[in-house]
Amino acid sequence: MTDATTSSLPSATPVSGKGSLMQQDSRTRKRNAAETRFKAYGITAITIGMLMLLVLVYNIVSRGTGAFQQTFVTLEVALPAEKLDKNGTRNLDDIKKVSTFGYAPLLRDAFEAKIAEKNIETELSGKEMAGILSAGAAAQLRDFVLADPTVIGSTVAFEFLASSRVDGYLKSRVSRDSIANDKNISAEQLDFVDQLIASGDVEKRFNLAFITGADSSDARPEAAGMGVSMMGSFFMMLVVLVLALPIGVAASIYLEEFAPKNWLTDVIEVNISNLAAVPSIVFGILGLAVFINYMHLPTSAPLVGGLVLTLMTLPTIIISTRASLKAVPPSIRDAALGVGASKMQSVFHHVLPLAAPGILTGTIIGLAQALGETAPLLLIGMVGFIASNPPDSIASGLLDPNSAMPAQIYEWAKRADPAFYERAWGGIIILLLFLVTMNTIAVILRRRFERRW
Amino acid sequence: MNDMRILERDVDTNTIKIAARGVQVYYGDNHAIKDVDVDIQDKTVTAFIGPSGCGKSTFLRCLNRMNDTIDICRVEGDIHIDGEDIYDKRVDPVQLRAKVGMVFQKPNPFPKSIYDNVAYGPRIHGLAKNKAELDEIVENALRRAAIWNEVKDRLNAPGTGLSGGQQQRLCIARAVATEPEVLLMDEPCSALDPIATAQVEELIDELRQNYSVVIVTHSMQQAARVSQKTAFFHLGNLVEYGETGNIFTNPEDPRTESYITGRIG
Ligand SMILES: Nc1ncnc2c1ncn2[C@@H]1O[C@H](COP(=O)(O)OP(=O)(O)OP(=O)(O)O)[C@@H](O)[C@H]1O
Ligand SMILES: [Mg+2]
Repeated sequence: MTDATTSSLPSATPVSGKGSLMQQDSRTRKRNAAETRFKAYGITAITIGMLMLLVLVYNIVSRGTGAFQQTFVTLEVALPAEKLDKNGTRNLDDIKKVSTFGYAPLLRDAFEAKIAEKNIETELSGKEMAGILSAGAAAQLRDFVLADPTVIGSTVAFEFLASSRVDGYLKSRVSRDSIANDKNISAEQLDFVDQLIASGDVEKRFNLAFITGADSSDARPEAAGMGVSMMGSFFMMLVVLVLALPIGVAASIYLEEFAPKNWLTDVIEVNISNLAAVPSIVFGILGLAVFINYMHLPTSAPLVGGLVLTLMTLPTIIISTRASLKAVPPSIRDAALGVGASKMQSVFHHVLPLAAPGILTGTIIGLAQALGETAPLLLIGMVGFIASNPPDSIASGLLDPNSAMPAQIYEWAKRADPAFYERAWGGIIILLLFLVTMNTIAVILRRRFERRW
Repeated sequence: MNDMRILERDVDTNTIKIAARGVQVYYGDNHAIKDVDVDIQDKTVTAFIGPSGCGKSTFLRCLNRMNDTIDICRVEGDIHIDGEDIYDKRVDPVQLRAKVGMVFQKPNPFPKSIYDNVAYGPRIHGLAKNKAELDEIVENALRRAAIWNEVKDRLNAPGTGLSGGQQQRLCIARAVATEPEVLLMDEPCSALDPIATAQVEELIDELRQNYSVVIVTHSMQQAARVSQKTAFFHLGNLVEYGETGNIFTNPEDPRTESYITGRIG
C-alpha cells in the first residue's frame, strides 16, 4: 500500500452486487421492525408486572402499617395497700387472692384523679371512663403488682393499651356514625378521648408488642401480636432445614451421580416430579393421619408442622438440586476421574461445590414456600388461639402447641372485628419481610459462591 | 504373548506395557471399535491417527476405563496392563486411573486455582508429605507442561481464566503431577500455538524416558515427530500398526496410504 491510498479513503463505489450498506434493504428493515416490536412487548410485560406489584405493595403497606402503631393511655394509678393487701404482710399468696376485679376500681379512681388534675369536664362515670382502656388493663396492673409487691402503697405511672375502638378512632377506622349501635363504646367516651388527646394522655405510638407478643382473645384485638407464631414458624423452618436439606441433597446426589439409569430410577424420578405438584393440603391430611393419629405426636406442635412441610419441601429441593448437579459440565467429572479421584471424591470435591449455589437457591425457595404455607397447618391444628408466651427451650419450642405466621394471619382475617383485619395485614407485612430477607440472603450467598469459582 | 515379546525384541528392547486383544466397543447399537488387537510398549510414544469419528478417543478411553462412566458404552475383549487384566472384577478403576493418566480432547481444568488444579491429584493420592513438597510437585509439573513461566505469578488465579492453549497445558501438568506410568493424551496440541506445541512435544519426548505415552493426533507431522509407533484407525478398525517410519514412508494398507497422502498433500 502506498502512502496515497492510506491517507485518503477511496470514494464510494456505485451500488453493485449486494447494494449499499448505507441503505437498509427490505429484509433488514423487516427484521429490525420485528426486533423493535419484540422489545416493546417485553417492556410492556415488565411494566404490567411492576404496576401490579406496586398496587399489591401499596395495598399491603397502606392497610397493614396501622397494626404496628397502637394507642396508649397514660395513667397514674395509686396502688393502695388497704385494697390490695388487707393484712399488710406483703405475702404473695394473700396478694394473689385479689383478682382482676379487685383492680378494676383502681383504674376508675385513676381516671377520676386524672380529670380532676387536668380540669377535664365529663359526664362519664368512672366505669365508663375506664371503658376506653383495653379489657386487659386490670390484668396488666395485677401482673405488675404480683411481679413486685413492694410497689403497693405507691402511685405508679402506667401506659395502658386503649381499647380497639379507641385505637380505631385514632386510626380513623371508627367514627361516631359507625358506633351508633356499638355497645362497647359511646359517643361520649369518644369526646372524652378527644379531651385526653388534647391533654396529651392518649397517643398513638409504635407498638413493639405486635411483633413480639402472643395472640389474644376476640375481645382484645389491641393486644394481639405475631411474636409467638413467629417462633412457631421459626421452629418449623428449623425442622424443615435439618431434615429436608440433608435428605434432599443426599437423595439427589445418589439419583444423579450414582444410581443406574433404569426403569426403577425413572419411576422414582417421575414420582418426585409428581410429589412436587401434589396440593399441600394432601400433605396436611397425610401428616394428620401418620404423625398425629398413628404416631401420636402432639397436635399443633411445630415438630409435626415441620415434618409435614419437610414432605412438601423435599421434592422442591430434590428437583432444584438435581438440576444444578446436571448443570455441572460432565468434563469436570471426567477431569476428576482422570486424575484418579473416586466417584465420591469427584462429586464432593468438584461437582457439589459447583452445584452449591443452585442447591442453596432451591433450598431457600423451598423454605420460603414452606414458610408461607397455610393449608397443611389447618389440618394438623396449628391454627387457633395460642395466647401462651414464647417457648423457653428448643424442646418446648418443638413440642408445645403453637401457631405459625400464615396460620395466625388466616386466623385474624377470619375474626369479625376489623381491628383484627388490620392486624392480619400487619402480619402479612412481617411475613413478606421475612421472605424478602430470605431471598436476599439467597442472592448474597449465591454471589459469594460464584465469585469463588 | 511371550512369542510376540521375543519377536518385538528384535526391533526394540522395550517390553509390552499394554496388550489389547479382540477389543470391541459398543455405544448402544453403534459398534465403535471393531476387534482391535494392539501391543503398546513401555517407554515408547505411540500415536493413534485416523479420520474424525474413527474411534481413536474411544479406544484411548478403554485403556483407563473412562468408558465406564458412559452408561450406554459396552467394552468387550481383553486389555492387559503389565500382564494384568484391567477389566477384571477385582480391579478398581480408580486405582487404574492413578496409574494411567489422561489428558482430554477438550481442556477441562477444575474451576479452582491453578495451584489447586495441579495439586489435586497429588493430594488425593498422598504424594506429598507437606506443603513444601506439594509446592515442588506443582512447580515441576507446571514446568514440564511448559506453562510455569506464564502462571508462576498467579498460581491462585482460577484455572478457567487461562486461554484455551494454556488450559490444555494446565491439564497436561495436572496429569503429569500424579506420576502416572502410562499417559494417554487425546489431541493435546489441538489448541496450542506452534511454540507451545513444540514444548509439549519436548515434554512427551522427555516422558518417554520413564513412561509409556499414547497420543491421539490429527497432525501427521506431529505423529511423525514424536512417536516411535503409529496406529491407523479407520471406521473402528485398527488398519495398520507399526513403526512410525514404516507407516509414513511405506504403508502396507492402501487406506493408510490414501489417508496419509491426502492429509499431507
Ligand atoms: N459418548 C458417546 N455416546 C455415543 N456415541 C459415541 C460417544 N462417544 C463417541 N461415540 C461414537 O463413537 C464413534 C467414535 O468416536 P470417537 O470419539 O472415538 O472418535 P475419534 O476418532 O476420537 O474422533 P475425533 O478425531 O473427531 O475426536 C463415533 O461414531 C461417535 O459417534
Ligand atoms: Mg476424539
